[in-house]
Formats: sequence, C-alpha cells, structure tokens
Amino acid sequence: MADTATLIGRPSIGQPTRRVDGPLKVSGGARYAGEYFADDLLHGYVVSGSIAKGRILSIDTSAAMAIPGVVEVFTHENRPRTAWFDSKYQDQVAPPGSPFRPLYGDGILYSGQPIALVVAESFEAARDAAALVKATYAPEEHITDLDAVKGQSYVPPKKRSGIAPPPEPRGDAEAAFAKAPVKVHETYRVAVEHHNPMEPFATTVVRDAGGKLTIYDKTQGSQNAQAYVTGVFGLNQSDVTVVNAFVGGAFGIGLRPQHQLFLAVMAAQALERSVRVVLTRDQMFTLSYRPETIQTLSLGSAPGGKLDAIMHHAVAGTSHFEDYQEVVVNWAGLLYGCDNVKLSYELAKIDTYTPSDMRAPGATLGVFALESAMDELAYAAGVDPLQLRLTNYADFDQNEDKKFTSKALISCYEQGAERFGWSKRSAEPRSMRDGHELVGWGMATGVWEAKINKTAARASLTETGHLEVSSATSDIGTGTYTVMALTGADAFGLPIEHVTARLGDSSLPTAPVEGGSWAAASTSSAVVDACDKLKQALFKQAQSMPDSPFGNVDFDGVAFRDGRMMLAADEGSSVKLGEIVRSARQHRMEAEGSAAPDSATQKEYVSYTHSAIFVEVKVDEELGVVRVTRIVNAVAAGKILNPKAARSQILGGVVMAMGAALEEETFADHNLGRFMNHNFAEYHVPVNADVQDIDVIFVEEPDDKTSPIGAKGIGEIGIVGTTAAIANAVYHATGKRIRDLPITIDKILA
Amino acid sequence: MKRFDYVRANDVGEAVAALAASPAARIIAGGTNLVDLMKYDVETPERVIDINRLPLNTIEATESGGLKIGALVSNADLAYDSRIAERYPLLSSALLAGASPQLRNLATTGGNLLQRTRCYYFYDTGTPCNKREPGSGCPAIEGVNRIHAILGTSDQCIATHPSDMCVAMAALDAKVHVIGPGGERTIAFEDFHRLPGDMPEKDTNLQPGDLITAVELPAEDFTAHHSYLKLRDRQSYAFALVSVAAALKIEDGRITQARLALGGVAHKPWRDTEAEAMLKNSTPGVASFSAAAAKVLETARGYGENSFKIDLARRAIVRTLKQAADGTPQSQTDKRIR
Ligand SMILES: Cc1cc2nc3c(=O)[nH]c(=O)nc-3n(C[C@H](O)[C@H](O)[C@H](O)COP(=O)(O)OP(=O)(O)OC[C@H]3O[C@@H](n4cnc5c(N)ncnc54)[C@H](O)[C@@H]3O)c2cc1C
Ligand code: SF4
Repeated sequence: MADTATLIGRPSIGQPTRRVDGPLKVSGGARYAGEYFADDLLHGYVVSGSIAKGRILSIDTSAAMAIPGVVEVFTHENRPRTAWFDSKYQDQVAPPGSPFRPLYGDGILYSGQPIALVVAESFEAARDAAALVKATYAPEEHITDLDAVKGQSYVPPKKRSGIAPPPEPRGDAEAAFAKAPVKVHETYRVAVEHHNPMEPFATTVVRDAGGKLTIYDKTQGSQNAQAYVTGVFGLNQSDVTVVNAFVGGAFGIGLRPQHQLFLAVMAAQALERSVRVVLTRDQMFTLSYRPETIQTLSLGSAPGGKLDAIMHHAVAGTSHFEDYQEVVVNWAGLLYGCDNVKLSYELAKIDTYTPSDMRAPGATLGVFALESAMDELAYAAGVDPLQLRLTNYADFDQNEDKKFTSKALISCYEQGAERFGWSKRSAEPRSMRDGHELVGWGMATGVWEAKINKTAARASLTETGHLEVSSATSDIGTGTYTVMALTGADAFGLPIEHVTARLGDSSLPTAPVEGGSWAAASTSSAVVDACDKLKQALFKQAQSMPDSPFGNVDFDGVAFRDGRMMLAADEGSSVKLGEIVRSARQHRMEAEGSAAPDSATQKEYVSYTHSAIFVEVKVDEELGVVRVTRIVNAVAAGKILNPKAARSQILGGVVMAMGAALEEETFADHNLGRFMNHNFAEYHVPVNADVQDIDVIFVEEPDDKTSPIGAKGIGEIGIVGTTAAIANAVYHATGKRIRDLPITIDKILA
Repeated sequence: MKRFDYVRANDVGEAVAALAASPAARIIAGGTNLVDLMKYDVETPERVIDINRLPLNTIEATESGGLKIGALVSNADLAYDSRIAERYPLLSSALLAGASPQLRNLATTGGNLLQRTRCYYFYDTGTPCNKREPGSGCPAIEGVNRIHAILGTSDQCIATHPSDMCVAMAALDAKVHVIGPGGERTIAFEDFHRLPGDMPEKDTNLQPGDLITAVELPAEDFTAHHSYLKLRDRQSYAFALVSVAAALKIEDGRITQARLALGGVAHKPWRDTEAEAMLKNSTPGVASFSAAAAKVLETARGYGENSFKIDLARRAIVRTLKQAADGTPQSQTDKRIR
C-alpha cells in the first residue's frame, strides 16, 4: 500500500471522507428502484388481503377490469405458471421451511397477504382499480398472540444457515443459581418492530425486445434477487440482470426478495411488457418484522457480583411456514466470564408473515435483556454497574473456547465513562435531579459479530489513468461506494476523484447480500486484493516497455502515486499509468481479486465488535415523560475506514435504539390478526426533537485477523446495548424497572 | 383511490352552489387530511371542490373587539400572526404543538376543525368501523385503543377528535361561521363537534351543503395566565394522548375566571364548564386544581390500553393549571415540561 505520508491532504483510509455518492443523492440524481422508466411501462398495484387465516372463496375482478387503462388483474386463479417446487423460492438468507409463494393458491397465511396484482397503463388507474377487487373469504381461527402459543414452543428442528444455535450448557447453571447469594430472575420483552426504511419496496422490470430482463429492485443483494428470479421463473442467468445501484435504507428487510419482485416479474413475463410495482407505506407493514421475543434471564453471583450462574431462555414468534432464527441468547455466554451457563432458544408459531433480520438481529433483543439483568444484578449486589462489567470481563470466548482476534472493550468502558463523567454518578436511584425532573444515568455493553464473507472485486485502469473498482455488493446508505473508492485511491495513491466505484449490479464480481456489517470489510479487502493484482499486471507490462526504468527491480521496488508508477528508490524515474495501459494496446487493464474468511484463523479465534454506552435521561415523573438528553457510545471495531461515515452509522444505530427503547411498537389486533398502526403518523420513530446530544468515540483497536484490511464493520453495533442503557438510566432516575420495551408514558405512570 | 371530478370555486356563492348541486362532493382546502383519506378509500367523493381561491384567508377585527379568522388562514399564518400571538397566545401555542411545520403551512383553519379521527381502524378499509361504515362494528373497543377516548364514548365508537387548535378554540369560547343553502349562521364551538352516540359517522352538527367561512374569537384577555400542554408518544409530530388548554384570570390571589378544555380524550374538544365553575373563586393551588381535575374525569371510562389516560389527564390538568396560574406557559420549542 502507498506510504501514508505521501497522502496527506488527500482523503484516504482512516480519514473522514465525504460520501462520493452524496451530491447525487442530494440533487435527486441517484435513482431508486421505483424511479426507472421504460417505453410503454405498465404499473402494478398490489391488493392486500384482510383476514389472517383461511381461504379465498371468490375474488371478483370484473369492476377492476372495467376501469379504463387496466390491462390485467392477476390472482391465484389466473396467475401464470411458475416453479412448482417451493425450494425454488428459497434465497441465500431464507430460514428453513417453505417460502411464501405469492398468488400461489387460495390459502391465506397472514393478514395483508397479497391476493391480487392490478396492472394498468397508469399508476392511478391501477390504484383506482385495486380498490374494486372484491374477495370473499372462508376465515379460519387464527392466533397472532405469542402469549397464547408460547407454551407450545419448540427447538427449531432445522438450523438456519449462518445462525449459531445456543452452545451446549457448561457447568451446572441450575445448581449454581440455586445457591447463589445474589440473584436476578426476570422476564424481558421488546414489542414487534417494523424496519420501515425511507424508500418503499419497489421493482421496475424493463423487458427488452428479445425478452431479456433488467430488473431494478430494492434489495440488499442483486445476485440473491437474480438467483430467486431465475429459479422461480425458470430463466437463464444471462437473461436477467438485477440492479440496485441505490438503496434508500433497508435495515435487513431487503435481504430476502419481497413479494413485489415476484409480482413485477410475473406480470412482465405474462404480458411481455415492462412493469413497475411499488408498495405503499402501509403495505410495508405486511412484510417481515423483528420478531416478538419473550426472554427469561437468571443471573446468580457472589456477593461482590462475580457471576456464577447465567441462564437465558428465549421464545420467539415465527410464521407457520418458516422457522426464522436469530442469535438471541448466545451473547449471555459470550460477554461475561461464567462457568455455569445454560442457554436455550425456542420458537412458537403464529399466523403472521415470517419475521426477518432487522439491524443487529437477535443481539438487539438478547443484549437488551442481558444488560438490563446485569444492571439489576449491580443494584442487588450493591456494586457500580460499570464495576460489575469489569469484574466479569471475559478474556476469551467461553462459548466456543476461542480467543478474540482483538477486544478493546476495556478502553470503551474507560473512555466512555471518562467522556460521560460516570464517576460523578450517585449510586442510589432517584438521587439525581434537575429542577423538578429526575435525572438518571445508565450504562450497558454492546456486542456484535465481526466477520467477512467471500467477496470478489474488480479493479480496472483506463488508458487515461482513471481507476474503476467494482463488486456486486450493495450500498444501503452505509457508505460502501465511498469505502470502495477510498480503498482504490489508497492502493494507487490516486486522488479520490480519479476513482469510480461501481456496485449494485448482478453482473459485477460476486458478492453476498449486504448485511451483518460485513460489507465494508469484505468488499474493501477484495478491492485491495484486486488492486494488488492489477498493480502487478501493470508492473509486468511496464517492465516490457521500451526504455523501462523498471527493468532491474522487482515489484517491491516500485511505488504508485498520483497516477504514476515510480522507482521507490528514485521517484524521478516514473511512468504514467495510462501510458502503461496504452503500451499494452488496450483501452483498459483489469484484474479480479477476492477476500474470504481465513479458516485457520477461525479455528482459533472469534471476532466481535464491542461498545460501552452511557446514557442520561431526564424524567418528568408526574407526567411520565422521558427525554434522552445525552448519550456517549464508545465503540471498538478494529480499523475505522471512514470515520465520518462510521460516525453516522453509529448515530443512526443509537437513534434507532432510542426508538426501540421509547417509541417503536407495531400494535397487533389479535382479534383481527392484523397489525394496525401501519403508517408513519401512528408508528413512531424518533424525530429531531427527540434527539439531543450523541457523542461517538472510536477506540483504538488494532486487529490483523478479522479482515485483511483490519476493519470489523460498524453498521449494527450502535443499536446493540443502547436500548438497555436507556432503560437502565430510566431505572436510575425513577426507581422503576421497565422490562417491556418501549418505555412509554403509561408504563412510567403504572 | 376512486376517480373524481375536480371543480374550482371562485367565490363563496359558487362554492355553496357547487356543494348544493352535488351532495356527495367534498371541499378541499389544504388537503392534508382529505387527500390521505381518499388514498385510503375512506373518503370517496365523486367531486372535489377546491376553495383555495375564496377570499377567506384574512384575520379581521370584529366590532366587539375580537378577531375573525378566515377559514382558509393556514395554521402557520394563524400561529405567527402578531395579533393572535399577543392577544391569544393560548391558540398560537396549541397550533404550534400540532403536526409539523410543513403540514401547518398547508393546513387551514376550516380543515383543521373538520379533520377526522386518527383511529387506526377508521383508516383501514380491511377492518370494520362504525364511523366509516355504519353498522359494521367497532373493533377498537376490544382491540387496539391506546389512543382512544375516555370521555363521552358510546358503545358504537370510542374515537377521539385529534385537533390541538380546536382545544384552544373551545377554551376561548370561539364561534364558527358557516354558510349553507339556507344562508349564514354561527355555531357555538361547544355545539360544533358532537359525541358519537349512535351516529358515529357524524363528527359535527354541520348540515349538508355547509361551508365554514370563519372562526370568531371573542374579545377576552387570558394573556397573563394560560398554557397548552400536550402529552404524546414522542417530543414532536405525534397526536396528543392527552392535551390540556387552560386559561385563567386571577385577581388578588383568587381565580375570577377559568377555562379548561382537553384534547385526545373525546370525540370532541372536551370543555368542562362545571369544573370551570369550581375553579372560579377558588385559590389557585394543587387542592383546587385537583378538585377540578376530578370533576372533569368523574365520568371517564377506560377500555384497556387507554385506561392510563384517565390518570394522565388528571395529572396533566393539574400541571397545566399550575403553569397557567404561575404565568409560565408551556413552551412548544423547549421540550422540557414546565
Ligand atoms: C402526519 C400528520 C400529523 C398531524 N398531526 C397533527 C397534530 O399533532 N395536531 C393537529 O391538530 N393536527 C394534526 N394533523 C392534522 C392537520 O392539522 C389537519 O390535517 C389539517 O388541519 C386539515 O386541514 P386542511 O386544510 O389540510 O384540510 P383538508 O384536508 O383540505 O380538509 C379536511 C376536511 O375538512 C373539509 N373542509 C375543509 N375546509 C372546509 C371549509 N371551509 N368548509 C367546510 N368543509 C371544509 C374537507 O372537505 C375535509 O372533509 C396532522 C396531520 C398529519 C397528516
Ligand atoms: S372507535 Fe370509532 S372510528 Fe374507531 S373503529 Fe370504532 S367506530 Fe370506527
């Protein structure tokens, strides 16, 4: 890599860098899936069902068909034939089970299920007609209330790929708990939340004269969507390109193909036309959600708080057709040293759509319960909550008996506490005031997995010396474009304006879905590798040029800077990169590279990001109003590639945690089996007035094992633990322990 | 969304005639509520009559020393009008507690009066709702009713009127000017909105073909002692769980006049004149405020999820009266509750 000293004044890895896609985004130049056009584009509007379970008896489309401009109304009765086997509907991230197949038959599996697609020459005609599609149903008894079925929970018979089941018990947790002098045994819950990215789900299928499809889809993985479409519709990979150049947020809901993709492709194929389908905000609440999960935590400790027993049991809701799973309880065996640990995770089936990954899936829930219980233990043992964490600090992963690649959590605790002023906290609940408001200070630990996934990238240099780096990864607003461009710029010592990053296209080098906080580390590591290979190819070519100054050196003897290759020992002897390309009689030279987890490292090491969160709340107790006035989140996440974008990611995670802690809740009417507050007026996420002081610290954490580039990923860690820190601060302020998020006015008053 | 015709009225006469000609028509003012309801197929007018060109966008002094607010004055213009801000700060404050700046720029005085409930079921045509489809049932009573009413409910409907502006207007004893097929008339604010009873589909006592032309504020001075306190699920941009408008006149340590109205608790802005009468002649303080609150909530009834509102309303009334009495009205920008 280029000598950093030569890069001063120029953005590079580790320096705060503005988003390269920023100008496009703020000027409207960035196009999203529902914003592509085609000649003769048809518009589809989804009709959503109203019962939770049963059969469609009849579906009358005649009034809809009579609306001028309506081309077709697709229902289960006239839907074109697609793949017969449900396995064809599987995707990279599908949990075990039988994926939902839109318009497959007359069966209704959940409220809001798509029952028809109206396709018309204009969006307005399609919407107008959709209201006229009338279905009659034979309803069957449904259950959407997890409490009603939690007694029938089961251990998922088939594990979801990539999701570690709870480890085997260690020691004898029951016995240790029974005789522990200090105990906490409580139940914690978090309300159902919907992802609700700003951009609604949309697909525009552009069909060319030869029947090839270019599909603009809102997805976190263009190649995942492409594989789904080719599988379901029996198409060749070469006939289907999926593009997701810009994604307006996703938070995990875009990992799996959503029903508008199926419906848009189905209509395009059947009608041999280009088709666009956009979901409404309300229909976004008929997609996946963060599963309701009931957690029981038991902690037993010695008088000083040293843990001797941990039991964590969770029951999570899933659909009747898939066993969605996430890692909820394992964190309790990982985060603290303890020899007697028993962890269990079970599912119970309800009549809703399958839940899905939502920002830090599993950890957001599990760590909320764990870190709330740790706070309770601190009071029970009479020790400072921060001291309790230090007393139980884990130096290695007891779940897997492996070492950490790096773990700078102690620095997070220290720097976070220092910045926050934790030492000035008075221990007693209800002991701090500001006028008539109670003041509460709470803290918690956050943890999230750090990994890279097999990813390929291409680097290509043009005859004018412009570098392009590309990969089929996605940028869901997280800054992948910028990190890729930065990595390329760094590798070649180029100003970032001379580098173009391309992503979000299934025809680019293979990359997995963008999730799990792995994209930046994986993609940039692959870009480094591709750039390295390209540099070597350029070197070889340069050696063969007439009068080459590089004849007598090997690759280590050259450097790359400002668009030139030069002798490291004599910078005056250099050749322009574009000249090297031209000397090969090419317009461009390119190379592919890749990155993948190193299995030797994985045998010995695990890798996680960590954080320490400190929160101040002010509570008007009489009226039940909580304001979060200050948050310090200190994060250890390996090398921070772009501190500016990384800080934004943490801020976003913290704000989302404020929503989960205080506001977010999708209300289900269990009589109707339906989510009811399906719009942004009634589903509350934080607004500006809710957000005050948020301070993000990135602590130093050298790591040479997680990824070749030294990064761990920061997309999710900001939300983990923050909800617990807020709830703990509310306890410290009021003496009220609320174990059931969100903490709304009624719960403070209760 | 159903197809509809659009006509634009150029003066009040044209609007009244257009309304008379097609009873299934709807007036559009700011459109911030009507258009949403049309997209949801809750409102399905065959004709939409645009009144935005009508000369109803001014605020004028009345002969009796009050102000007459044209039906098309926007919520933003009304809140920041210097005469309103200085002489009726309670109304300014209530307006600024509502919605968002963007919505307040569009929303009009007439439209705000007639905005419909935010009951989840009312907005969702996939569910029954007596207000939307009379006779279909009220799932909210045994369902999701966190935001629903605790006062004046019926076994047909427990929806609330969601406006902030109207709570202040109720407290200020405003009058609504309307013009209909039979000519002009005024309706006391108290009689404008109605309780659901067995006709929850009817929000107000307007007659078919009525156009609101103005809201009149009488000449009264509550500038020294007033407050609007809104409690909601986030610090801004959420409808009230409970809101309270209080206006007092205090002389020599005694309350000589009191106004008290609540939002978010009933099918209409809930003004309680009996509680006001109790406050009159009392000494401002927790004792008299609590007694008034108890009076307001005497007949309150919860439906499960919303039962907390009874206690919350009691506390909110006491606090708002205290803010008013102390001359420290709630700020709508500083989110700390005084
Ligand atoms: C997300 C959101 C949040 C909101 N939050 C709040 C809040 O916190 N507090 C609050 O008080 N409000 C809130 N509002 C509601 C807002 O105040 C109303 O939508 C607005 O006041 C309606 O005014 P408008 O002019 O847009 O009415 P329109 O939508 O144009 O009309 C509403 C109704 O009034 C009728 N109408 C309008 N003018 C007349 C007239 N002159 N004569 C007869 N009939 C007429 C229309 O036919 C229609 O039935 C919110 C709205 C939204 C969308
Ligand atoms: S409360 Fe009123 S508006 Fe809501 S469902 Fe019942 S009848 Fe409809």
